[in-house]
Amino acid sequence: MSEGKRRGSIALDRTAQSERYWKPRSKAVVALETLVLGAALAENLLLPTKQDVVNLPYRLVLGAGIAALFALIAASLWSGKARERLYHYSQYILSLGLILILWDFFTQKSDILPLPFFPSAGQILQVIVEDRQKLLLSTFYSLRLLVVSFAIGTASGLATGIFLGWYRDVGYWVFPTVKIMSVIPATAWIPVAMIIFPTSFGAEVFLIVLSVWSPVAYMTATGIAGVPKAHIEAALTLGADERFLLFRVAVPGAMPSIFIGIYTATGLSFATLVVSEMLGAKAGLGWYINWAKSWSNYAAVYASIVIMALLFSVVMDLIFKLRDRVLVWQKGLLK
Amino acid sequence: MNATTNTAGGAILAEAVGRTYIDSYGNEVEALRGVDLAVRPGEFISLIGPSGCGKTTLLRLIAGLDRPQAGRILLDGEEISGPSHERGLVFQLANLFPWETIEGNIASGLKARGVYRGKRAEVQRYVDMTGLKGFEKTYPHQVSGGMAQRASLARALINDPKVLLLDEPLGALDAFTRMDLQDKLLELWKERGTTTILVTHDVDEAVYLSDRIVVMTPRPGRIEEVLSVGLSRPRSRGDDEFLELRTRILEMLHFVSRTKEPEYFL
Repeated sequence: MSEGKRRGSIALDRTAQSERYWKPRSKAVVALETLVLGAALAENLLLPTKQDVVNLPYRLVLGAGIAALFALIAASLWSGKARERLYHYSQYILSLGLILILWDFFTQKSDILPLPFFPSAGQILQVIVEDRQKLLLSTFYSLRLLVVSFAIGTASGLATGIFLGWYRDVGYWVFPTVKIMSVIPATAWIPVAMIIFPTSFGAEVFLIVLSVWSPVAYMTATGIAGVPKAHIEAALTLGADERFLLFRVAVPGAMPSIFIGIYTATGLSFATLVVSEMLGAKAGLGWYINWAKSWSNYAAVYASIVIMALLFSVVMDLIFKLRDRVLVWQKGLLK
Repeated sequence: MNATTNTAGGAILAEAVGRTYIDSYGNEVEALRGVDLAVRPGEFISLIGPSGCGKTTLLRLIAGLDRPQAGRILLDGEEISGPSHERGLVFQLANLFPWETIEGNIASGLKARGVYRGKRAEVQRYVDMTGLKGFEKTYPHQVSGGMAQRASLARALINDPKVLLLDEPLGALDAFTRMDLQDKLLELWKERGTTTILVTHDVDEAVYLSDRIVVMTPRPGRIEEVLSVGLSRPRSRGDDEFLELRTRILEMLHFVSRTKEPEYFL
């Protein structure tokens, strides 16, 4: 790879664009992507369908996508920002169009990829529309479970981490426990959780709390213990008491580390959520996958996965936004 | 408290102070031996000497961040038993809290003691006093070393310390910024009358700023000589008397470094 193409040397490479939107400005690609998206719609409309599918939702979504692209192109005529965005994302949109054509052709139009394992995009969207009530309820259940467990897990992880990072004697006893717990996947405790908790909701919460608690506690403790002694000494010569040292020096200083713990925990909590919902839940995206699988409705399985992808991306994004706010003081994070 | 002093500065008295460390090789290092020093209220005093002479150790003992093993150190007649806002310390590399803005760092001097409430204007006064206007909302990593050191100074001074301890605060700055901040230090010192103890490597700086200069020698760290500067302020770095004193101290330090033991142990 040439020097100019590396991520770090964007400034040398770019011509006029901003740091964020750096792809070359190509009108040809814009024209091509418009054509390809149109072709994807035409392909679905015109080719005969060989599988059982209601294509209306797919066509509506694709149509909406094309409309959005036209809107962006129109906006780019007078808005510089829209123009940069349009050019930057053009290659994505072009590839997406090509993928949609191939996907649709090899599934519902030709039956080369067999059902039920390889449903078309149309079939997945059909499930999302037709089974929306169950999916909406499942999404709500999963979100509720995630929020409750994540809150408990983070709070208890922070408390544990602060306590054992700050007090050496506590750390001596508790740190090895946290260390061991953090290498055991929370899902290994499923049999135990099912015995301890009378309801499956309780067991699910317990498992997710466990998966969140240990990385947060571990990274909080490491962060607190790693706060430079010089900062503590500076605070002492300013007349700080222990409370100030802990909450105004050690904890803020540990925040970068704490956030590493939190987003490690986020990923683990998603995995634990899906698995634990397969245990005995009445609803939830994990439960939905299990339920759809039991009668080989793979389109429904993918529908649930698509919703998870969206939901978990939003959650992850919120956590990154929070981190950027809290750690605004860190070098390199400030715009 | 000493009710008879009419300046804001406190008196420091060190009596037969000794401190020994175990270094990372397991050797005993006698950082200080039998150090006696009396600093008068409102005095500006410099500790100078080669590395390992214990000047920073002495400063840390006065700050209360460390305890002497022999002797004792008193502030206005009371033995120092731990760190306190009465003895403000400015570190070599500013050592600001990176998660606080410049303003937040200066305010942390008050916040640490729980007396910040309703004193925003006070913080602004110190921002202005140290020439940091316009930098209130910036974070430490965004400002220059000189700016950071100004903020560090403001953070210590906002607590109205009786003694200001400066641990090579200007050592890492370029020559122009250093001279600029030396004048700032003098100005603030004159205005406030705070007893000031400066640790420095820079003979020029010591002669330019101090009432008295304490020359220290290493292994074990001792006081070699205490010199009164006796030049009227403002001082000119080119004056004959200035240069003469400077040369004298340099010779003293050079002699010390020629006769000291080699710096390696096997």
